[in-house]
Amino acid sequence: MSKLGLDFKKVKYARSLAKKIADDVQSFVDKRSTVSVERTICRLLGIDGIDENEVPLPNIVVDHIKEKGLLEQGAAFLLGNAVIETGLTPQEIAEKISKGDLDLSRVKVYSREKAEEALEPFVDDMIKRIQDNRRKRNEYLEKLGEGPQPYLYVIVATGNIYEDVVQAQAAARQGADIIAVIRTTGQSLLDYVPYGPTTEGFGGTMATQENFRIMRKALDEVGEEVGRYIRLVNYASGLCMPEIAAMGAMERLDVMLNDALYGILFRDINMKRTIIDQYFSRVINGFAGIIINTGEDNYLTTADAYEEAHTVLTSNFINEQLALIAGIPEEQMGLGHAFEMNPDLTNGFLYELAQAQMLREIFPKAPLKYMPPTKYMTGNIFKGHVQDALFNVVSIWTHQGIQLLGMLTEAIHTPFMSDRYLSIENARYIFNNLKDIGDEVEFKKDGIIQKRAQQVLDESIQLLEKMVQDGLFVSLSKGTFANIKRPIDGGKGLDGVFEKGKNYFNPFVKRMLEDERP
Amino acid sequence: MSKGLYSTDKKNFDKTLNLKAIKPYGDTMNDGKTQLSFTLPVPDGEEAVEAAKQLMKKMGFDDPMIVYHKELTKGFTFFIAYGSCTHTVDYTAIHVPKVKSTTWSMEETDEFIKKNIGRKIRVIGATTGTDAHTVGIDAIMNMKGYAGHYGLERYKMFETLNMGSQVPNEEFVAKAIEFQADALLVSQTVTQKNIHIKNLTELVEILEAEGIRDKVILIAGGPRITHELAKELGYDAGFGANTYAEDVASYIAQELYRRIQEKNKNTGGKEE
Ligand code: B12
Repeated sequence: MSKLGLDFKKVKYARSLAKKIADDVQSFVDKRSTVSVERTICRLLGIDGIDENEVPLPNIVVDHIKEKGLLEQGAAFLLGNAVIETGLTPQEIAEKISKGDLDLSRVKVYSREKAEEALEPFVDDMIKRIQDNRRKRNEYLEKLGEGPQPYLYVIVATGNIYEDVVQAQAAARQGADIIAVIRTTGQSLLDYVPYGPTTEGFGGTMATQENFRIMRKALDEVGEEVGRYIRLVNYASGLCMPEIAAMGAMERLDVMLNDALYGILFRDINMKRTIIDQYFSRVINGFAGIIINTGEDNYLTTADAYEEAHTVLTSNFINEQLALIAGIPEEQMGLGHAFEMNPDLTNGFLYELAQAQMLREIFPKAPLKYMPPTKYMTGNIFKGHVQDALFNVVSIWTHQGIQLLGMLTEAIHTPFMSDRYLSIENARYIFNNLKDIGDEVEFKKDGIIQKRAQQVLDESIQLLEKMVQDGLFVSLSKGTFANIKRPIDGGKGLDGVFEKGKNYFNPFVKRMLEDERP
Repeated sequence: MSKGLYSTDKKNFDKTLNLKAIKPYGDTMNDGKTQLSFTLPVPDGEEAVEAAKQLMKKMGFDDPMIVYHKELTKGFTFFIAYGSCTHTVDYTAIHVPKVKSTTWSMEETDEFIKKNIGRKIRVIGATTGTDAHTVGIDAIMNMKGYAGHYGLERYKMFETLNMGSQVPNEEFVAKAIEFQADALLVSQTVTQKNIHIKNLTELVEILEAEGIRDKVILIAGGPRITHELAKELGYDAGFGANTYAEDVASYIAQELYRRIQEKNKNTGGKEE
C-alpha cells in the first residue's frame, strides 16, 4: 500500500520507458570497447605494477596494442595468443612488453577459442579471488553483524592515506557504518590509475589499489574492535571507471560510486566513453557484491531542487535499468537523491519528505543513497547543524538505506574529526528518538505531501516519454539533467573508444554474469 | 553545576565602547566573551582539560572554561570552551583593500560602455586547473545569473565566453588571446592545501610569459578569494562570496575606461 496514493501502474509504465532507453544504450555499448576496459581486462588477468617511469603496466600493454593498431582485437585475444606462444603469465608478458622484449604484433595468431582456453586459468583465479572476497564479507557480517539502516556514511579526505586511516577508525568508533575515502580533485580525468600508497591529495586522496588495501585492513581491524562490519567506499566514476571497479572487487570494497552520468555532467567526460566503461564496471561490481551508488543528488547543485526533482527520479529509473542489464541485483542499487531545497522555501520539509517516501516506495529493495544539504549550507554552522537535523528526520521517517551524513562545516572544508563526531551524534540522536515514526504517522489524503509525490512521478513520466524519442545521448546534449549540456562527441576520452573486431572477446563478462555469487 | 557559568560577579572593567580597542561582546561591553571549539591529540581526563585551559590562556583568554569535553577516539579529545579575550584591536586603523568601483545596474553599465568605450567589452571566463565547480562562474557570466541578478551574457555591451570548468591555464590563455579578451575571469573553489594559490599564480606566470599580462584586466573570484589575496597574487581584482554580476560588470567597465583614458593621456590622444 502506498502512503502517498501513488499509482503503481504508472510506476510500471515509467519502468518500461526507462527500459527502452537503457536497451537502446546497451545496443550501442555491446559493439564497442575502450582502452580502460582493455586495461581492466589486463588487471583482472593479473597484470599489475609500474615501470621505471611510474607508468602502470596495464597502460603499457594497452598503449602498445594501440600503437600496433591492434586495439580492435582486444587485449584478451592478444594476450591469449602470447600465453600460448611463450608459456608465460600475462604479468610476465606485460613485463616483457615494457622492456621492449616482446611485440604482440609479431606473436603467432591462434583461434579465438584457443586464446580463450589459454587465459582460462588466469580468469579462474580472479573469479575465485572475487568470490572469496564475497565469502569473507559474508563471514564478517555473520560474525560481527552490521549497523541498522540507514547506514551512517561519512567521508575522509585528508589527502594522506595514513591520516585517513586515523580519521576512519575514529569515525567507526563513533558509530559510522560506512567510510568513504573521497578522491583527490582531478583523478577522474587521469587516464591511468596511480600506483602504491599516496600521501598527497587535494580535497581527497588518490584511489590506488594499495590505498584500498591499507584502508580495508584498517576497517577490518576497527570492525573487530567495535563489533560491526565497517563498509568501505570509493569512487569509480571517471576515465578509469572499470579499472577502479576491478581494484575494488579485488580488495573487497563494499560500495562504489559508479555513475557515468556524473562523469559526463560534472567532469566533462565523453558520454560514449564512460557509458561503455560503466557497463563493464557494473558487471564487476554486481559480481563482487559491491553496492553501486549513483550521483543524481548532484543534479540539484546546479539545477533547482524543487523544479527539477523529477529529473532525479527519471535518472534513477534509467540507472536502475542499466544496472539490471549489468547483473546488479536491486539490493545493490544505491540510487542517489538529496535533501537540497532552498531552506527558505515554505513547506520545503514536506516536499523533501514526500520525495524521499516516493523513492522508497518506487525502489523498495534498493539501499537508497540519501545526500544531505550541501548547496544551501553556509558559514553559519549553527544553522547548518539544524538543516542536517531535518535531513536526518526525513531519512529515519522514510527508511533510507545509506545516509551520507551532513557536516555542519560543509561550506568550509572537508570534515574535521570533530565535525564527523557532531554529525554522527546528530544522526544517532534523531534515528533513535524517531525510530518508528514512519510506521506511526500517515499522510493526509490528497494533502501537500501526497500531491507532491504524485506530481513528481507524473513529471518524470513526461520526461521519460521525451527521452525515449531522443535517446539518452541526445537528451544529455540538450541539458536534460542538471541543466548542463554536453555535446555527444565532446569531453574527455572519446579517443579511447573503439569498435570490437571479429576476434574480440572479454573473458570476464559472461563469467561474472553467470558464475556463482556466494 | 559549574560556578563559573552562573557567577554574576563580573570583573571590574571599563564598560564603555572604545573603537581604538575593541574586543568581543557577550552580553556586556568589553566582557571579551568568546566561544570556541577544538580538538587536542590527547586522551580525555583532567590533564586534557587542564591542557585545553592552558592553551586558551596562551591564546589570550582569561577565565578559560571548558564546558564540554569528549574523547572522539583513542587519544583525541574535543573541547567546547568559553573565555574572555584579553586582546584588543584598533578598529579606527583598519584598512581593507577593496575593489575601487561603484556598482551600477545592468542598464547603467551598458549605457556607460556604449557612451564611453563605444564597443562591446570582451570577457572570457573559466574555472581553471582541476577545479570542477562551475556554479560561481556561471552565476557571474550566464544569462540567468544568480539570485535574480542577471549575468554578463545578458548585458548588451559585453561579448562573453564561458569555457566551463577544469580548463588548463595554457588553454585558457590561448583562448583568451584568440578571443581578444579585454578581461579574464577566473573562478577557484577548491582551496585544500592551497591548490588555488598555486593555480592562480601559474596563470599569472603564463600571461607574463606571453607578454599580455598588462593588456588585460585579470580578475579572480570564489568563496575564499578576497581582493587583498588577488592583488597579492598579481591580479587586478578579487571577488568573494555574495558577488553579483553587477559588481563585476561595473568594475570592468570603469577599469577599462580608466585604462583607455590613461593611455590617451600618455599618447596625447593618438593611437599608438
Ligand atoms: C555544488 C558543489 C559541488 C558540485 C559542483 C557542481 C558544479 N558544476 O559546480 C560537485 C558535486 C560536482 C562538487 C564536487 C566537488 N567538491 Co564541491 N561543493 C559544492 C558546494 C555544495 C556548493 C558550491 C556552490 O555551488 N556554491 C554556490 C556558488 C554560487 O557560490 P560560489 O562558488 O562561492 O560563487 C560566488 C562567489 O564566490 C563569486 N565567485 C565565484 N567564482 C567567481 C569568479 C569570478 C571571476 C568572480 C568575479 C566571482 C566569483 O560569485 C559567486 C556568486 O556570488 C560546496 C559546499 C558549499 N555549500 O559551499 C562544496 C565544496 C566547495 N566542494 C568541495 C570539494 C572538496 C569538492 C570535491 C573536490 C570533492 C571530491 N574530492 O570529489 C569535488 C570537486 C572535484 C573537482 N575536480 O573540483 C569543498 C571544498 C573544500 C575546500 N575549501 O577546498 C566544499 C566546500 C565542500 C566540503 N566541505 O568539502 N562540489
